[in-house]
Amino acid sequence: MQDSLKSSSYKQLEQKSKYTNMFLRWFLYFILILFASYFIFPLYVMVVTSLKTMEEIRQGTLLSWPSGLNLESWAVAWGGRGYGAGDTFLRPYFWNSIKMVLPAVFFSTFIGAMTGYVLTKWRFKGDQWVFLFLLFGCFIPFQAILLPMARTLGVLGISNSVIGLVLVHTVYGIPFTTLFFRNYYISVPTELVKAARIDGAGFFKIFFKILLPISAPIIVVTVIWQFTQIWNDFLFGSTFSFGEAAPIQVALNNMVLSSTSVKEYNVDMASAIIAGIPTLIVYVLAGKYFIRGLTSGAVKG
Amino acid sequence: MKTLKIEELSKNFGSTEVLKKINLEIDEGNFLVLLGPSGCGKSTLLNIIAGLETINEGDVFIDDYNVSKVEPKDRNIAMVFQSYALYPSMNVKENMIFGLKQAKTSKEKIQEQLEKVSKFLQVDQLLERKPSQLSGGQRQRVAIGRALVREPRIFLFDEPLSNLDAKLRVEMRREIKKLHQQLKTTVVYVTHDQTEAMSLGTNIAIMNHGVIQQNDTPEKIYNKPSNTFVADFIGSPSMNLIKGVLKENSGDLLFTVSGSNLEIPIKDYDFKDKSNLNNKEVFFGIRPEHIFFKKFNESDFEINLRADLSEYIGHEQIMTFDYANQEVLAKFPSTIKIDLGKETKLYFDLTQASLFNAQTEERI
Repeated sequence: MQDSLKSSSYKQLEQKSKYTNMFLRWFLYFILILFASYFIFPLYVMVVTSLKTMEEIRQGTLLSWPSGLNLESWAVAWGGRGYGAGDTFLRPYFWNSIKMVLPAVFFSTFIGAMTGYVLTKWRFKGDQWVFLFLLFGCFIPFQAILLPMARTLGVLGISNSVIGLVLVHTVYGIPFTTLFFRNYYISVPTELVKAARIDGAGFFKIFFKILLPISAPIIVVTVIWQFTQIWNDFLFGSTFSFGEAAPIQVALNNMVLSSTSVKEYNVDMASAIIAGIPTLIVYVLAGKYFIRGLTSGAVKG
Repeated sequence: MKTLKIEELSKNFGSTEVLKKINLEIDEGNFLVLLGPSGCGKSTLLNIIAGLETINEGDVFIDDYNVSKVEPKDRNIAMVFQSYALYPSMNVKENMIFGLKQAKTSKEKIQEQLEKVSKFLQVDQLLERKPSQLSGGQRQRVAIGRALVREPRIFLFDEPLSNLDAKLRVEMRREIKKLHQQLKTTVVYVTHDQTEAMSLGTNIAIMNHGVIQQNDTPEKIYNKPSNTFVADFIGSPSMNLIKGVLKENSGDLLFTVSGSNLEIPIKDYDFKDKSNLNNKEVFFGIRPEHIFFKKFNESDFEINLRADLSEYIGHEQIMTFDYANQEVLAKFPSTIKIDLGKETKLYFDLTQASLFNAQTEERI
């Protein structure tokens, strides 16, 4: 008698927990969809607007669907209208940015890997201080170093050039890249280095043959980080370069602000998307490693 | 000629003295174990022999040649590490020949060495695998193989078995022993495990606080520990050290504890110095396994002690007895029944007893 009573009350509890779970699940999906749309909304507006003609923009609403696949504004954003003065378009500046970002990412990542290697595997007196000062570099507001940097670039004779920007971004990338690599290499057993030393490998051989081949995850993290930082940088670009030598973010700004007559929203949107595409590509290609590299540092021999 | 000789070696990290005036010698083909608790400096000593650490004072000689300032790769040594330290990005083969390649050995010689060693260690089926695809025992074998292919004068082992599980550890221990028997290469082996040290070493150097406490054969270390640290460190449970006084009574020497009428006669004990023994404060040392529940030898000394505690551990039991308010442990087969709280007749094998000066803690 008591048993059956018990089992029926269990059934009730079971039913109740089923409904609670179902409700929570639906609620979860509701929240997720809500936030997803909130984040995708601006992108939607940008893409849709870039495909509309000015006529459509004036007449339709922000959300309305474009009449067709009108790529003209993209062509204008990328290649200009073809008349002389005052025609700003992104193509030359895009290549400026590429020329700036590739060497800057490469050098800052490489130097960071080297310093991280030395700070963890070839400890020396006062190495914590060196690391501390490097870390300090992560916290300095970049506005504070604009003037001294401008002077330095002037003395070196590379102000207003892509090379100058490469130098600036390499120097200010090193604190971050060093931090990444140091934290990664600290989890690599030092016995590896000892074994390699007994085997007769020297400083560079150990770095290139033993450590670098196991650094893929942290290289990916560093490259994504540096690429995003340097590509999206506006402050250094606008301060240390103008005219022909400007990177894409500066050009985008000039383009959007310098329109004299009518605001061409479709061209502006297309330009903004073009300026954002390379970072998106890097994330899509390497994003998987990004998460993996951030969460795991351990290398098991 | 000594294969390895260390003279007056001192090392400090900042203000911490890690090694204090170490002197050590190993003959060709010997297996020296450096044994001690963690932080005693044994690993530092091994790293110094390898050339991975610098020296503050003193010298290291290999084959009578002073190598104190010689690079690790030129010392003709090979080392096996606790974490195996296999290069993760290389496969087994590349791991094993990395050192030979660095030394610019000829291709034929490399191939020959690789085949010989990989067959010998039974890793010839694994040559293409990455270290991450190997089991713990296989990794250990490859690590040993990497050391073997270089045909070094001295093998250095830095706690090579402590990352393995208990069963595998016993297996690998036997393999290392076999390896040494076959190759007869000189070995320096660091461990904190006394069973490993006892079973592997032809010599054991026990270290504590950067000083070698005793460097002897395993038998001598076990039977004639040179001080209370060694006596306490070796053996499980460790040697009973009963504090008391020596009394001379009409030519006979007795060990007594004040406030107790228990007396142990000291006969035929091999004293280092026979003078001034009367009234000397000493530790009387006897191992739990040298206390019996019945008379085995004619010379065994009979004594009555109260049993206080019994720890059953399967094949044997460890009993705790009260000796004038000091604990004395004894090891018996678990089949013996002993009542707790009662006086029990015990027999001390006095030929195995040790005496230590209570102040200096040195053997007398």
